[in-house]
Amino acid sequence: MRHETIEKNINLMIVLIIVVISVGGLVEIVPLTYSSDATEAAEGIAPYPPLRLAGRDIYIREGCYGCHSQQIRPFRSETERYGPYSIAGEFVYDRPFQFGSKRTGPDLARVGRRYSNDWHRLHLTDPRSVVPESNMPSYAWLAEATVDPAEVVAKMRALQTLGDPYTDEQISNAADAVKDRSEMDALIAYLQDLGTNRSSRR
Amino acid sequence: MNNSNSYNDTVVRQFAIMTVVWGIVGMLVGVLIAAQLIWPQLNFDTAWLTYGRIRPLHTNAVIFAFGGSALFATSYYVVQRTCHVRLAFDRLAAFTFWGWQAVILAAAITLPLGITQSKEYAELEWPIDLLIAVVWVSYAVVFFATIGRRKVKHIYVANWFYAAFIITVAVLHIFNNLALPVSMFKSYSIYTGVVDGMMQWWYGHNAVGFFLTAGFLGMMYYFVPKQAGRPIYSYRLSVVHFWSLIAVYMWAGPHHLHYTSLPDWAQSLGMAFSIILLAPSWGGMINGMMTLSGAWHKLRSDPILKFMIVSLSFYGMSTFEGPMMSIKTVNALSHYTDWTIGHVHAGALGWVAMMTIGAIYSLLPRLYNKESMYSIRLIDIHFWTSTIGVVLYAVSMWIAGVTQGLMWRAVNDDGTLTYSFVEALKFTYPYYQLRLLGGVLFLGGMLIMAYNVWKTVSRESVIPVPVNQSA
Repeated sequence: MRHETIEKNINLMIVLIIVVISVGGLVEIVPLTYSSDATEAAEGIAPYPPLRLAGRDIYIREGCYGCHSQQIRPFRSETERYGPYSIAGEFVYDRPFQFGSKRTGPDLARVGRRYSNDWHRLHLTDPRSVVPESNMPSYAWLAEATVDPAEVVAKMRALQTLGDPYTDEQISNAADAVKDRSEMDALIAYLQDLGTNRSSRR
Repeated sequence: MNNSNSYNDTVVRQFAIMTVVWGIVGMLVGVLIAAQLIWPQLNFDTAWLTYGRIRPLHTNAVIFAFGGSALFATSYYVVQRTCHVRLAFDRLAAFTFWGWQAVILAAAITLPLGITQSKEYAELEWPIDLLIAVVWVSYAVVFFATIGRRKVKHIYVANWFYAAFIITVAVLHIFNNLALPVSMFKSYSIYTGVVDGMMQWWYGHNAVGFFLTAGFLGMMYYFVPKQAGRPIYSYRLSVVHFWSLIAVYMWAGPHHLHYTSLPDWAQSLGMAFSIILLAPSWGGMINGMMTLSGAWHKLRSDPILKFMIVSLSFYGMSTFEGPMMSIKTVNALSHYTDWTIGHVHAGALGWVAMMTIGAIYSLLPRLYNKESMYSIRLIDIHFWTSTIGVVLYAVSMWIAGVTQGLMWRAVNDDGTLTYSFVEALKFTYPYYQLRLLGGVLFLGGMLIMAYNVWKTVSRESVIPVPVNQSA
């Protein structure tokens, strides 16, 4: 076919553009959805319990992924610094994924249980009180805001609809689990569990 | 003279002016977050001013408000001039303007409130995503209906690129944003983990590939030949590089996920296609540059042409740097560092913004019936301010990024790590200051532009331009 034919026929051009741009995505994305490596939970990975789920959504709301990755690459320098490298099965309940693309601060994939709850509280309230060179914003207001139990229940229902294996019992107990907890409690609960399915220290 | 005999330049003027406005707003937020990285006190302990919330405001404002308005303005201008026909559906065209401004306003409100999907460049929540889809489909209808009504047989090359950009962005936007709403302000992606990551970077990379590359190549293919007064260098090259560019770009996404939990085969495919992508990218650069053959002397007197040629140079540089960074061994060093930030800005400021600035300077006098911009001298000052700004930005981030990568991986003889994480951050601070200076210079240039634009458009009456009847 001469290119002139395409150049004179906008409908033909539209169809050809759609065909040409579709191939890459189909080849790279569709097989992944059928790959057990990419979609089956690793050992010790379960849907987020209510308080951690609330914490995760605070992490997302505050845009923590803008400076913190959650993905340890299989290099000695990374496993030395952060712990065992990340595997796909650890992220199957992450909607959306939080791999991040920039480390202005350190990776958090296995930050769980590395520091005490008190350290996190101090650090989130005034980062420079524990790390003088830090450029992280202060998140003091998280201590004053409380988690809305009704919202957490609605979120778990939505996740259940999407196929995450929450039981109805877990959902009915959710409101009590987050009642009167501050957003800082929730965020710390989320951080303290990150990557703890595999030991972060050898 | 009745309506159909004149071009619809109202919507072009609206988008052109908003390009300058959103450019200033987006870059101002960029300067603020650059300063926050040096002085965290500038977060003011206020939730909606924190870096994490307004960094997406910066990226969205610059890409979709500034870049988007420039693409709407120029595509609507170019499609009319190259098809010799008035833009189809006046009302729908007006809707795309007001709809797009509504999207931007909604983004400016919701992002600082922390309403986000957290997918880079796709942060906006589902109600805004729906509005974007409606505006985008309207845009496609206006654009393609105008081409359908054309009075010339051939569809000009700039329109191929605009067409691919409009179609592909629709496809990417819809598939990446599929989510189940929990409430008005919260939804969960239907994808999880690495599948979500692959989907996001298929979107994210091609938002760069089609929004910031194909669309702006469309702009280049009209405004560079126009400003140089020369025909496009090679028709054959434009055919070859158009089809190869749009085909190859769509495979390159996985290079954003090198060495992650994404399966290796996908990473390798992404790397291979990213390297191949150098060829079609340079095809576009060469075609643009060589259009100046026999007209190089014009660079001495025409600062608008200087903007365009330096823009193409940055395009060539970034599209070499990109494939290089997609090589896994290079990426192992560069990923997660400020090198990536430098690369993005060489593209966004050097290529996208400079081409936009050149096109707007070239376009505005014609839209407002003036011989030229109010001050050519000010365009020249703007050119030098922004060029120095981009260079400072890119160089500081190269040094910062490469050093971060090296410090993170440095080990002592006994196998322990040489540096703690925060030592690399400490090293970076002077380069963050240099970057801030670069950003301030670029923003300063935009303010000079705003003054020049104001002086050009004020005190002018507007006469509709008759449709070209020659064809």
